[in-house]
Amino acid sequence: MRTNDLFAFATQSLLRARMRSSMMLLAMAIGVAAVVMLTALGEGARRYVTAEFSSLGTNLIIVLPGKTETGGLNPALLGGDIPRDLTIADAAALLRIPTVAQAAPIIVGNATISSGSRERDTLLMGATHSLFEVRNWGVKQGEILPNIAWEQTGSFCVIGGNIARELFPQQSAVGQWLRVGDRRFRIVGVMNSEGRSVGFDVQELVVVPVATAQAIYNRTSLFRILVKARSAQDIQRTRTDIVEALKARHQGVEDVTVITQDALLSTFSDLFTKLTLALAAIAAISLLVAGVLVMNVMLVAVSQRTAEIGLLKALGARPAQITRLFLMEAVLLAFLGSLIGLGIGELVTWAARQVLPFEAVAPLWAVIFGIVVAIACGLIFGILPARRAARLDPVLALAGKL
Amino acid sequence: MIDLSHISRFFQVGGETVHALDDVSIRIGAGEYSAVMGPSGSGKSTLLNILGLLDRPTSGTYLLDGTDTTSLDANALARVRGERVGFIFQTFHLVSRLTALENVELPMVLASRAPAERRARAKELLQRVGLADRVQHRPDQLSGGQRQRVAIARAMIMRPAVLLADEPTGNLDSASGKDVLDALERLNTEGLTLIVVTHDQLVGDRAPRRIRMLDGKVLDDVRR
Repeated sequence: MRTNDLFAFATQSLLRARMRSSMMLLAMAIGVAAVVMLTALGEGARRYVTAEFSSLGTNLIIVLPGKTETGGLNPALLGGDIPRDLTIADAAALLRIPTVAQAAPIIVGNATISSGSRERDTLLMGATHSLFEVRNWGVKQGEILPNIAWEQTGSFCVIGGNIARELFPQQSAVGQWLRVGDRRFRIVGVMNSEGRSVGFDVQELVVVPVATAQAIYNRTSLFRILVKARSAQDIQRTRTDIVEALKARHQGVEDVTVITQDALLSTFSDLFTKLTLALAAIAAISLLVAGVLVMNVMLVAVSQRTAEIGLLKALGARPAQITRLFLMEAVLLAFLGSLIGLGIGELVTWAARQVLPFEAVAPLWAVIFGIVVAIACGLIFGILPARRAARLDPVLALAGKL
Repeated sequence: MIDLSHISRFFQVGGETVHALDDVSIRIGAGEYSAVMGPSGSGKSTLLNILGLLDRPTSGTYLLDGTDTTSLDANALARVRGERVGFIFQTFHLVSRLTALENVELPMVLASRAPAERRARAKELLQRVGLADRVQHRPDQLSGGQRQRVAIARAMIMRPAVLLADEPTGNLDSASGKDVLDALERLNTEGLTLIVVTHDQLVGDRAPRRIRMLDGKVLDDVRR
């Protein structure tokens, strides 16, 4: 039988059994749509997180106190204990490395802030003028922290937009006084909404000079040092140089962890890629279920069409031809169903993109995976009914005695 | 052309062995017109199934055009069936979703013939059975007699050596039954070997050779 004829014959018999065909199409479509939608979600989450980490700033290197032996994501990043101090002098020493463009020592703590009768708890960050450059932070009103020596204290601060709105609802916050504990700070700037950050919201932040924060918390150790390399090519070299420089300053003990943005990015990217794979596998189960449905419906089709199968045999159809006819129907259904499912999945993810904060796009591999698995299911689950049809006894089939 | 010798066909029904055919030997020459007659259960349908290679005998040999069909495998049997044998069924067995033309083409479709060739031949055959104006009709738009004539056209499309008709008029009124028999006999006068299985005496009487069967055996075999 010619392929064209095989195709036409299968199409005609599918069109004839509209209800049956549409049920199987639906099952297959749901399966493929599930693959598309779930992987789009996973991929979207991956892109979102990757974008978040990219927003940390370009060519960023993070120096943490304490040494861990494992690579990749350091638990200290997520808030572990701090075994050995990093100091402002350490941060200043890093500026002497030729490939370091900028360094920013940071201290982070909680503080109760107030203005007049308004009071709230917030995150207090001790930082420097250079932090704003390293992190690409800007202000919508006033100025960023002035460029004073790192060891110098100062009674001024930059605050996040939410804090400005809550504490100074009717007026401009710039120039106002803010009370932190028993100290008073002049507000020099209000951060703009562009500044996004992983771990905390800059809109809820109060930034004071790093030496002042040391005084408030009565400690010299830093939370971390952010370093900006001069270029992306310099990152690995800079990383080594930082480790060496700090080792030299710490009596030859390598007691810091240096994380590059790349390492962070690839860790999270890997994590989310695995998540997407897992989602695809879960969605593939629905394809399997669809395959079982196809098998059952095809078995019913075979028993309803015994007379036709008998006739085809009488007209000279070989068993292999009968098998091919029924397999063709199953595969055709699976293929059409997967195309419909693809359409539905893409439509839903398009709709999701309009409401979700991240780009939910099914990766190409998932689309191909969905279609291939659907067709494979059609083939595998089509074999049993097709072979049953091929094995029918023509005499009994023609007589309708099956 | 057809040479059955000592053909037996047994079925196991329950614990019992039914002798559907019991040591039947028949020779039918090319171009002959034979009627196989007998009451139901006489074995005439089994004989037809064996002649049409739809069923295999339990024992005996069946030579079709000098080829021993009992040694052929399923694929070879399907091939011989498609090329050498045409079937006419009591219930027509047309594919309801296909047009008359597509039904007639079907054997050639299965044999992978070119669309242009088979379309031309199917049209020609439909014209010969008087259905030139029903080419695009589906079976449910045709009368019983018209359906059976579509089936005849289909049976002829592969230019078979023998046409096996199983109660071809069983589901037809006498007028359209006569049309169908006329069409079959016309093919026979053109040289086609025709075997009609029937329990209808009037139908059987039209054939020059009558094979009467009873209980799986040939009762008599009369040439007029």
